[in-house]
Amino acid sequence: MTSISVLKQRENQIYQKGNQPFKMECETKSLAGAVSQRACVFCGSRVVLYPIADALHLIHGPIGCASYTWDIRGAQSSGPELHRMSFSTDLSETDIIYGGEKKLKKALLELIEKYSPKAAFIYCTCIVGIIGDDVDAICRQVEDQTGIPVIAVHSEGFKGTKKDGYKAACDALFSLIERNKAPRVTLPDSINILGEFNIGGETWIIKKYYESMGVKVVSVITGDGRVEEVQQARNAALNVVQCSGSVIHLAKQMEKDYGIPYIRVSYFGIEDTSDALYQVAVFFDKNPEILKKTQDMIRKEVQAIVPRLETMKKDLEGKKAAIYVGGAFKAFSMIKALKTLGMEVVLAGSQTGTQEDYEVLRQMCNEGTVILDDSNPLELAKYSVEKDADLFIGGVKERPIAYKMGIGFCDHNHERKIPLVGFEGMVNFAKEVHGTVTSPVWDLVPRRQKPAGKEGAI
Amino acid sequence: MLLRHTPKEIKERKVLSVNPAKTCQPIGAMYAGLGIHGCLPHSHGSQGCCAYHRSALTRHYREPIMAATSSFTEGASVFGGQANLLQALLTIFTTYKPDVVAVHTTCLSETIGDDVNQIVKKAYKDGTIPEGKYVVHTSTPSYVGSHVTGFSNMVKSMALQLAEKTGKSNGKVNIVPGFVEPSDMAEMKRIAAMLGIESILFPDTSGILNGPMTGKFNMYPKGGVSIEELKSIGDSIGSIGLGAWASADPVRAIDSQFKVPCQVQDLPIGLLATDRFVDALRTAAGVSVPDTINQERGQLLDVISDMQPHLYGKKVAIAGDPDQVIALTEFLVTIGMKPVHIVTGTPGKAFTKRIKEVTARFGDEINVKSPSDLFHLHQLIKNEPVDLLICNTYGKYIARDEDIPFVRHGFPILDRVGHSYFPTVGYKGGLHFLEKILGALMDRTDRDAPEERFELVE
Ligand code: SF4
Ligand code: SF4
Repeated sequence: MTSISVLKQRENQIYQKGNQPFKMECETKSLAGAVSQRACVFCGSRVVLYPIADALHLIHGPIGCASYTWDIRGAQSSGPELHRMSFSTDLSETDIIYGGEKKLKKALLELIEKYSPKAAFIYCTCIVGIIGDDVDAICRQVEDQTGIPVIAVHSEGFKGTKKDGYKAACDALFSLIERNKAPRVTLPDSINILGEFNIGGETWIIKKYYESMGVKVVSVITGDGRVEEVQQARNAALNVVQCSGSVIHLAKQMEKDYGIPYIRVSYFGIEDTSDALYQVAVFFDKNPEILKKTQDMIRKEVQAIVPRLETMKKDLEGKKAAIYVGGAFKAFSMIKALKTLGMEVVLAGSQTGTQEDYEVLRQMCNEGTVILDDSNPLELAKYSVEKDADLFIGGVKERPIAYKMGIGFCDHNHERKIPLVGFEGMVNFAKEVHGTVTSPVWDLVPRRQKPAGKEGAI
Repeated sequence: MLLRHTPKEIKERKVLSVNPAKTCQPIGAMYAGLGIHGCLPHSHGSQGCCAYHRSALTRHYREPIMAATSSFTEGASVFGGQANLLQALLTIFTTYKPDVVAVHTTCLSETIGDDVNQIVKKAYKDGTIPEGKYVVHTSTPSYVGSHVTGFSNMVKSMALQLAEKTGKSNGKVNIVPGFVEPSDMAEMKRIAAMLGIESILFPDTSGILNGPMTGKFNMYPKGGVSIEELKSIGDSIGSIGLGAWASADPVRAIDSQFKVPCQVQDLPIGLLATDRFVDALRTAAGVSVPDTINQERGQLLDVISDMQPHLYGKKVAIAGDPDQVIALTEFLVTIGMKPVHIVTGTPGKAFTKRIKEVTARFGDEINVKSPSDLFHLHQLIKNEPVDLLICNTYGKYIARDEDIPFVRHGFPILDRVGHSYFPTVGYKGGLHFLEKILGALMDRTDRDAPEERFELVE
């Protein structure tokens, strides 16, 4: 394992705390030829807008882009489920030559007639950017004809990274909000929850907290989303942006155009969840009732879960974790949550962290922790084994790598089924970590097997 | 969930794909590339496609899927991807040290018109490709064909670009297995070995995508067809291509280039198709069929006859890849079932014709459509219900909505295991597949049986 050479060009994207001056090179384009874990602009847009359940999501491009994003995220809806269907213009060779505009228009009209969606999002994929279809023009025509918002999402894959896709999605969301022509009214003690996708029902948990605090949730962008709710978002007094940062652009735009302030929070782990709720309560300090209710609720919730966490902590104390996530912000909360469980982080990396993110990471981590930007499987494997991690937290592509090495795994991406936010989410997280780290399966891994005849041998 | 969105009345759709029964070319090429020992597939295009393809394969095989990408950016899509590909090859050979790189294009690089052949030639000339290492490449634009086409293209390219004819026979038979599971490839090799035939099976993902847990992450697991074997396919005594869509082109190309006589057979799924496969092997190598094989055949036939009452007249709906569906359909017909709705997403006129042949005894009662999608299949089922659905994982929505016993088969399977380990081809595979069908049907009988008819013995 140690024989793996780190790419020369990547030397400044890998850092071990303590051994060198720190200046992470990040937000760079991936090197051609790397086995990068990164995705594309389209992927970013699709992820953000996906949970809007009563909108039509039409992918304008060849079939693959649609196939791979067909219902792979567990964003749950309490009502319509139109978002879970896969609609594609399935471009063929002649469309590439003569353009796909006619096809797009026809498809849109057909679908809108059949499903009466509340709005339509048209995702432009790489090829659309190349053949130069005027998607905006088609959208305008169809919007005029059908009377529902029809919005082009400019998510041509090659125009950047997943992060740029978030921005494209934010532009689309803002343009949806803009179409609300009713006068703005600021509702008292009200917020929007931003960047929450209702994976495993997480939106419902967070909403419940706010409601019991006496805070009105105007809209959740985009968890369990509805078009009309999103359009009401401009009436909220505060935007509360979830850590992932995927919709930060929207918050900034709304601040600029509507004067709605925003705060960034995380709902992962006891510390950060409490902090998030307190921040909101403090924001509405004109209504002291809210702060009081918040205190009561948090006390009750924490009391309820601490004993359960303590039991699991006994087994987890001193175990080591490696985390590799999309956005670095997520990693911060995770490090804290793992500390709550008595675990130590030995590797922390992200696909899209910024300079400041990595500085925060560095401060949070212990001596010797490996910090990585835009990593590849070889590096992840090498350092996880060298650091003897007991747990890997990552996404779909990391899972089998961790398992091959005989390391426990926890999905903190879209494939998970259980909610990890809030207080009850922390218990779920602890259970999952505990379950995978203490699984007897790992004793069977060749690397860890004791020699035959000795205690513990199989 | 689809139920709500699937009207019973069927309208002709010309411009839309809804819930596709196919995906795009590069993923097939990537899968084929993984079947060469020491090979790193490479996606020449933007990062997103590669990330999606790797994720999809990871979910299906639950193994680490390695592939590099040219990481196109806006610049590349304007000025062409030559610089990216050359840089990529340099990066790959210095960092990941594969023996072969299997390059496929994506929609993007195809549309901007990169001449990969010329770029690879240049890379050989410049020494970017080190001595003794190889690059094979194929063209896989996704606005034509499907993942099956992509697989076929890569197999053909790996054969033509690596094989050399020495003029001295190696006495071996080439087997081109088609887009099947690693377990199926292993079974084909086992059957050939039972006949005492030396075979070169390519691509061969057995051992690579169903490899053991070793406690280490290995980029190039044991298994796969070796370069030496690929080099010598021009000296083989014959080639058998299994499946017209996935394997006909490769074996015919080998025939015309190296004068290795070829046969194209259906995938050996079911009794009759396996008979033909065994016979093709027998005649190609001039051997006789050993008792062990006849024994396995007899066992399959025995179970078919034992279970006849449970199978006869049962209606089935099938969706999948054309080669798979044709062979499955024939199998079902021979065991007394009645496949009534049959669709594939991959285009190709011969599909309908071949299905009509194998279902001749039912005349015009069979609905068959190519290319089509799962939305259409669902509509057909609504109009004429069936007793069993055979489809990839996405079929589970239809199965749930319509309450139909369901057997997962094909690509992708995202929610069950076994496909990588238990073959469907050959007599043994037929037995395994039959067991799955019977299990699904009889579980249903038990579930629905009223108390007095709930039987212990079936
Ligand atoms: S752009 Fe083409 S190659 Fe890429 S995912 Fe879409 S269909 Fe597949
Ligand atoms: S074609 Fe472009 S948009 Fe589609 S998956 Fe590939 S990179 Fe993303």
